[in-house]
Amino acid sequence: MEEKQKFTISVYTENNIGLLNRISAIFLKRHINIESLTVSKSEIEDVHRFTIVANMTEKGIKKILGQIEKQIEVIRAFYHTDDEVIFQETAMFKISTEHLYDEKIQNKLKLRRAHMVTINERYFVIETTGTTEDINRLYDRLKPYGLLQFVRSGRIAITKEKMAISELLQEFKD
Amino acid sequence: METKSTLTKTSDTSKSVRIIGAEAVVKCLLAEGQTLGYGYPGGAIMPVYDELYKYQDQFTHILTRHEQGAIHAAQGHARVTGDVGIVFATSGPGATNLVTGIADAQIDSTPLVCITGQVASHLLGTDAFQETDIVGISTPVTKWNYQITKASEIPGVFAKAFYIAKSGRPGPVLIDITKDAQLEVFDFVYKKCTSIRSYRPVPHYDIHKIKEAANLINNAKKPFVVFGQGVILGQAESEFKAVIEKANIPSASTALGLSAINSTHPLNVGMVGMHGHYAPNKLTNECDVLIAIGMRFDDRVTGDLARYATQAKIIHFDIDPSEIDKNVPTTVAVLGDVKETLAELLPLLNPTSHEAWFDKFKKLRSIENQEVIDPQLNPTKEGLTMGEVLKGINKETKGDAIIVSDVGQHQMFACRYADFKKTRSNITSGGLGTMGFALPAAIGAKLGAPEREVVAIIGDGGYQMTCNELGTILQTKAAVKIVVLNNGYLGMVRQWQELFFDKRYASTEMVSPNFVKLAGAYDIEAIRVSKREDLPKAIEKMIASDHAFFLEVIIEKEDNIFPMIPTGSSVSEVRLK
Repeated sequence: MEEKQKFTISVYTENNIGLLNRISAIFLKRHINIESLTVSKSEIEDVHRFTIVANMTEKGIKKILGQIEKQIEVIRAFYHTDDEVIFQETAMFKISTEHLYDEKIQNKLKLRRAHMVTINERYFVIETTGTTEDINRLYDRLKPYGLLQFVRSGRIAITKEKMAISELLQEFKD
Repeated sequence: METKSTLTKTSDTSKSVRIIGAEAVVKCLLAEGQTLGYGYPGGAIMPVYDELYKYQDQFTHILTRHEQGAIHAAQGHARVTGDVGIVFATSGPGATNLVTGIADAQIDSTPLVCITGQVASHLLGTDAFQETDIVGISTPVTKWNYQITKASEIPGVFAKAFYIAKSGRPGPVLIDITKDAQLEVFDFVYKKCTSIRSYRPVPHYDIHKIKEAANLINNAKKPFVVFGQGVILGQAESEFKAVIEKANIPSASTALGLSAINSTHPLNVGMVGMHGHYAPNKLTNECDVLIAIGMRFDDRVTGDLARYATQAKIIHFDIDPSEIDKNVPTTVAVLGDVKETLAELLPLLNPTSHEAWFDKFKKLRSIENQEVIDPQLNPTKEGLTMGEVLKGINKETKGDAIIVSDVGQHQMFACRYADFKKTRSNITSGGLGTMGFALPAAIGAKLGAPEREVVAIIGDGGYQMTCNELGTILQTKAAVKIVVLNNGYLGMVRQWQELFFDKRYASTEMVSPNFVKLAGAYDIEAIRVSKREDLPKAIEKMIASDHAFFLEVIIEKEDNIFPMIPTGSSVSEVRLK
């Protein structure tokens, strides 16, 4: 059996209501869990970008990609391993203000290059960006202070190699 | 919101005209050359029906007895004509009743445009009366779908819908239109859609791949072709025939590929798959080059994938890149429209004979003839067989008929024993296996190809799922010949219970009404046959009739369909009994 690994799938699409449903249905149909999903605009005007992380075999990801690319409003889809992308996640922590002047917490935040987003008399909010592991580490360190809230974004990723998407769209115009 | 409720209509589509959305819907259909559709009215689609009423001299609406009947009829229509099937339904239950047919059309690549009414846009999401999220529900089973909330979207969306449904690998498209969009007045202009930047319906073929394929075929000692519906959908029947004739390759069909070439063509070695023929199944695991043309290696075709043609080099011709390597890894994949790729392949092929290889097919065929086919066609036991009914139909129709089959044993008998002389003659629910498909699909087939004989072959189970559509026959006078092969069981499930569940016939014995009386209630001439000597005359009478006709044949109760590849077995383990 081929081993499962983490893949980052980048899907360039038209902006259309319902496309998210269409793409997630492909994963659902094959009983694959989406680990994270981020939708944003892309470097190309009017083109949206889905960044999806899933843990699966390379054989499986190829089939999924074929199904995704088959969708009418999908321009192109790519998949990459962790070695082939530069990726980040963002997390926010809400902590009670009573811990604000705790030296240990201050050090931990410096270590992780976390930023203060807001402070008031009741709580403060910090934000950090990094890999899943970086964020998990900070989470473990801050947990003892009692997290009032914690939230983490999906992965966003930029590939090391060029994406052949602009050429594809140019081809359409020609 | 402006509305307009006069009886006026407009005809010029190149200039802008001020009309309501519902009229625009009909004008879009006419602009696409559509003149007939199937459906069922209801609250949220009433403005469109009002326009259908006004345009009835240009567009015929066939009222079925259930929305499922409408969509299966449209499928039958699309499959025999090669054009898009048109379906109308209202919101809520009207729309959800289409879902089985949409899924069926998606898996069998049938082009449909389904138009559903939706509650007014200000009510969306409020659980309004007859509101359902049909766009959400139909997403996984449509090639594309869209909800229109403004009349101005109608022409663009319809143009796109027709282009998507027909192009590349065809499929069903659903357009959901809110009632307010149907009533809104706007400036209508129609322009056909010819491309969408994110959609490449036909991949460019690579001549190097075709050369590689030709090279493999020319060097093969035991080449074997398996062809599917892609040959028919691509209108590549003559290119296909030229290719197999030039290289002299034994060719077997999938269930949906049937009728792409004549059943009696000397290179046609039958059907592959679970109930396909003995030789092509066995020899799949002996060929050295397997050439798959417009087919998708369905599990009913391949049996156990791990033991499917592992000795062979695989060449796969297909229009859909996602089918390549999906189930069977290919040696050479030739993407593109088979009409083009096969035409490119033809001059590169060397004429060869493969005599010893053909002898193997003949030898296995004679075993199958003796063990399975002869006892079916010329039975000595008392009970009637499904095979002999098909033989009788072949004799009367001379293989010219469109055979529409339902799902189950009779379907496999129809696929195995019906003669097909013309393309687009085998209409059946292949991928989804939808019982209840045949009667409404046969109505659509007849209305789509009125000049042709249409014979529906249906089991007693499937018939009772959609026999309400006899009402549609009564109303349209569609001269469909209905043959119910009645064995008093859900035969295919019973066969599995016999073979794999120690004959525990759980809920498969079925009591049926008096089918002859039922047909009579709809003014359809009907005969029941239970004796062999009465069968030929009954079939003759049925085929000679200019009207719809119902024939019930009482079949041996516990007859089985063989050969059979049991689930999980390899194709070479095909059983004769």
